[in-house]
Amino acid sequence: MSLYFVIFGNLIGSRLGEINGMRYIDFIVPGIILMAVINNAYSNVVSSFFSAKFQRHVEEMLVSPTPNYLIILGYMSGGMARGLTVGLVVTLVAMFFSDLQVQNIALTFTVVLLTSMLFSLAGFINAVFAKSFDDISIIPTFVLTPLTYLGGVFFSINMLPEMWQKVSLLNPVLYMVNAFRAGMLGVSDIDVTMALFIIVLFVVALFMVALYLMKHGIGIRN
Amino acid sequence: MTTALQIRGLRKTYPNGTEALKGVDLDVAEGDFFALLGPNGAGKSTTIGIVCALVNKSGGEVRVFGYDIDKQPDAAKSCIGVVPQEFNFNQFEPVEEIVINQAGYYGIPRSNAVARTHSLLKKLGLWEKRRVMARELSGGQKRRLMIARALVHEPKLLILDEPTAGVDIEIRRFMWEFLSKINNEGTTIILTTHYLEEAESLCKHIAIIDRGETIENTAMKDLLLKLNVETFVLNLKHPLAECPQISNYEFRRLDENTLEVDIEKSRGINELFAQLSEQGIHVLSMRNKTNRLEELFLRIVAGEAA
Repeated sequence: MSLYFVIFGNLIGSRLGEINGMRYIDFIVPGIILMAVINNAYSNVVSSFFSAKFQRHVEEMLVSPTPNYLIILGYMSGGMARGLTVGLVVTLVAMFFSDLQVQNIALTFTVVLLTSMLFSLAGFINAVFAKSFDDISIIPTFVLTPLTYLGGVFFSINMLPEMWQKVSLLNPVLYMVNAFRAGMLGVSDIDVTMALFIIVLFVVALFMVALYLMKHGIGIRN
Repeated sequence: MTTALQIRGLRKTYPNGTEALKGVDLDVAEGDFFALLGPNGAGKSTTIGIVCALVNKSGGEVRVFGYDIDKQPDAAKSCIGVVPQEFNFNQFEPVEEIVINQAGYYGIPRSNAVARTHSLLKKLGLWEKRRVMARELSGGQKRRLMIARALVHEPKLLILDEPTAGVDIEIRRFMWEFLSKINNEGTTIILTTHYLEEAESLCKHIAIIDRGETIENTAMKDLLLKLNVETFVLNLKHPLAECPQISNYEFRRLDENTLEVDIEKSRGINELFAQLSEQGIHVLSMRNKTNRLEELFLRIVAGEAA
């Protein structure tokens, strides 16, 4: 993550001038923090739940009366803990490169919590369907990374042609990055209320999907 | 007497079309030590998997101490402790933590869980290994760890799927004694095994499953009564040049000091020894050629296949 700050922030960013009225490095800090949260929340749950399936110790929970929602919440909490811890470390590193001043603490915390929740659940669902170690790296590599990079971490969608601005609105990561940026910097390319609504909608939907998969034993029971 | 496990018309068809269970019926009484036997692929593990909620059934009904596993799954699960065939614990977790965490899945407070874990690890000879990573245990120790984990919530029904596979005879005997003890203390036990000596010496009732169907479900002593002929091997003091000729007994000479003889149960063996003595044949020792249950099992399964 430090390399992002050095390369995109200092080396390249210093030549780009201002974006949305602020230094480029200040503009990308929220996105880079959130990217770290997303990647770590996802990878923590996808690897730990797949490992439980692979070693079959997921059966310890399945034979017990532990409710399915509790199993999901347990894994989700693990993913959130890792995502938020790494996010905190990246924030501390960012302070060496940028003068961080959080504009809206409540919004910042809400967005980062919901985002870590959302990607922990997504990682859980990926792990449920995964049959091999390849399956747990395909989604992060071919879906998560492009969505994150195209989700406005390094640029404002106002810089894109109109058509691509509309296409970008289909990317859920865009809403999280912008809502988080609104909390930290007070600027956003999209309506924050709409962004929060979409994030909550995704969290609820993914939780319901995870619950359905557990109830029917899809990918877990024979 | 309460029924610990009642299975009616249990069916399982896998997505590839394989019909693993074609309508298994089973009754296990509370306090029983029950053997579930069958050749490889007969459907034993699938049956156990369904009872323990690890396999989705295609049809039929399963009740554990009266609790329907579909309608009251939590109550049914609380009654069961399971020791599966394959190791299924986190290899990178200390032994003690594996057992304590399992208690947590049943809602047992940590202080209770720690006390129960320590007691079980001591009883099962794993106390010295409690802080060792599970992957560092030997095969026998891993089996005992799974027994400790299955017992930590004090289940009324313990299901063991080939618990002594691959363990040395000393540990096997230790496990037999341990299982007999907890059975005497009231835990109902269902055991699948390929060691028929194990089933014969431990179990009171027996069911045989073959090709997804129950082909025998009876008391062990009743089943053994069905064995009419037993084969014995006699070790002789003096070498014999040829097989002795004694009416009603068919001998086979294995080597000059060893004879094999089929004896009908109704005849007993006194008459045989009397006649051998008359011919001056001195028997040093004798043993069953095969385990009695093994003999029966092979006959029953072969009879089904025919």
